[in-house]
Amino acid sequence: MSKRLSSILTPIIAVLLGVIVGTIIMLASGYDPVAAYTALWNGAFGDIYYTGEVIRQVTPYILAGLAVAFAFRVGLFNIGVEGQFLVGWLAAVWVGVSFDLPRIIHLPLAIIASIVAGALWAFIPGLLKARFRVHEVIITIMMNYVALHISNYIIKNVITDHKDKTDMIKDSATLRSEWLQSLTDYSRLHWGILIAIVCCILMWFLLERTTRGFELRSVGFNQHAAHYAGMSVNKNIILSMVISGAFAGLAGAMEGLGTFGYATVNGGFTGVGFDGIAVALLGANTSLGVFFSAILFGALKVGALNMPLEAGVPNELVDIIIALIVFFVASSYIIRVFLDRFTKKGVK
Amino acid sequence: MSLMEILTIVVPSTLLWAAPLIFTALGGIFSERSGVVNIGLEGLMVIGAFSSIVFNLTFVDTFGSATPWIALLVAMAAGALFSMLHAVASITFRADHTVSGVAINLLAVGVCLFLVKQIYGKGETGIIREGFRKIDVPVLKDIPIIGEIFFQNTYWTSFVAIIAAIIGWYVVYKTPFGLRLRSVGEHPMAADTMGINVTKMRYLGVIISGALGGIGGAVYAQSITSNFSHATISGQGFMALAAMIFGKWHPLGALGAGIFFGFAQSISIIGSSLPFLKEIPNVYLLVAPYVLTILALTGFIGRADAPKASGTHYIKGTR
Repeated sequence: MSKRLSSILTPIIAVLLGVIVGTIIMLASGYDPVAAYTALWNGAFGDIYYTGEVIRQVTPYILAGLAVAFAFRVGLFNIGVEGQFLVGWLAAVWVGVSFDLPRIIHLPLAIIASIVAGALWAFIPGLLKARFRVHEVIITIMMNYVALHISNYIIKNVITDHKDKTDMIKDSATLRSEWLQSLTDYSRLHWGILIAIVCCILMWFLLERTTRGFELRSVGFNQHAAHYAGMSVNKNIILSMVISGAFAGLAGAMEGLGTFGYATVNGGFTGVGFDGIAVALLGANTSLGVFFSAILFGALKVGALNMPLEAGVPNELVDIIIALIVFFVASSYIIRVFLDRFTKKGVK
Repeated sequence: MSLMEILTIVVPSTLLWAAPLIFTALGGIFSERSGVVNIGLEGLMVIGAFSSIVFNLTFVDTFGSATPWIALLVAMAAGALFSMLHAVASITFRADHTVSGVAINLLAVGVCLFLVKQIYGKGETGIIREGFRKIDVPVLKDIPIIGEIFFQNTYWTSFVAIIAAIIGWYVVYKTPFGLRLRSVGEHPMAADTMGINVTKMRYLGVIISGALGGIGGAVYAQSITSNFSHATISGQGFMALAAMIFGKWHPLGALGAGIFFGFAQSISIIGSSLPFLKEIPNVYLLVAPYVLTILALTGFIGRADAPKASGTHYIKGTR
């Protein structure tokens, strides 16, 4: 079987396996899977309002997915997207509430603030990896918790006076649009989806069409070969983390400036960063793949909210299915083995 | 408030918060020493917390005050069983260990909340009647000063955790099993050449880590939160991971790190009632475990190095 075909088939099989196991779980616990999946579909695409909400959910997923995927392509596992997402969210809202500027300056300023915050947060693990060879997975996990506690502290003690929620951002910094909302029966759809799509194209162009992108990918394929060819491995490692963090921070701005318009004290993680790992893996770390898998996961997440109402199935079922998809994509080695067996049947 | 009074508040509270970290960090050591990275500790704790609480609520009338201890065993079995998924994926299916660990974390939360809704019809369980209670250790509590600080108003589980760490050290460093476990994590090919079954040792390492992670979650749920909801285990598993690294992949190191992180956690909660400490903003104590782990990994506090072969797959016949 050709490599190209199997690399397209593997994620599809992983999704199917996830759905099949999800169905088995529902049957075993006495729910009606047909009703559940119908409710899921209706909850995502049954009404223009829901579709607007799906696109709203897809926006941060695309950016979080790009963040994970970009680092993966350079051979790094950025599990800290969640933390970079939180600091990006905080920075965007902070700029959004504290200044009074015309929209043409204020909105870009807030967005840039989120990018810078996310990039800085990812720069630390990148630097430690390049300088001290410390594994980025552990550092980024620790940075997630530092981000969570510090942003809670700042919201409580610096931006507000011991409140759990900031004020709404000024109208001049918002990504929301009356027009988009009225199109979709007043969902929370906002302009962010355009930014996300532009970022998809940007990442593809940067990686596939520039010298810098070639270097980054070379470091991802083989650090030693890249080094031997005269590329600076350390510089590329730091750069890839910074860009990855910038995407993640931007994802935070989508929530801060678009969906919610404020920042709150979080007891735990939002989960967007971790879902971004699922998005990137399923999308095979390419920008087009990330785009499609973000749509799948966004639809699953939003549609799931309809499942308890219409079919009486707990919406956590979708979390199980997403986890199973990640599990099966990770185990793609065994799927490939089966695919090869299947196609070579009788030859041996 | 005298120093003595402060110590009698701080020490038992530290040990209470340290116990789940110590168990889970020990679990992490068994897995990583065999060469399998286990980011899934958080998920394993979730499974342990969930199964212990459900067992406790269901069987409290049958077993009475022994329920929490039996629930601990149930959580151990559940954790071990669940960790097999990680073992199969990362050893047999050659999945990336970190990715598989992430899947384990997502799956554990999903499955447990799904079951809670299915069993109880709401998002969280009720409060357990029989949890781990404060006790005074017989005999030892009468030692002057030391007895009052260490052995009064404390929990049995903290002492079990300390003993478990010592047993863990003995098993990893003083038994043939421990030697094999470590060799498989350092250089699997050499171990294989010497006739050690790499796959079997790695499976055992992961399953032991699941069992200990399950215990860690059960201890946390039954002594600190007393029920199970989405927020029961939020970051405890990752803090245990940090304790394992800060303890340099050594059971006694993890014990020390667990106690230290337990101290930081308990101070961030009870600190407001203590002099001096209430001046320090909470946030420093909350982030201390994570920042210290980053510093330890970077080499500012003595270099911490992972087992050489951790995170790699062993494929027979490749060089």
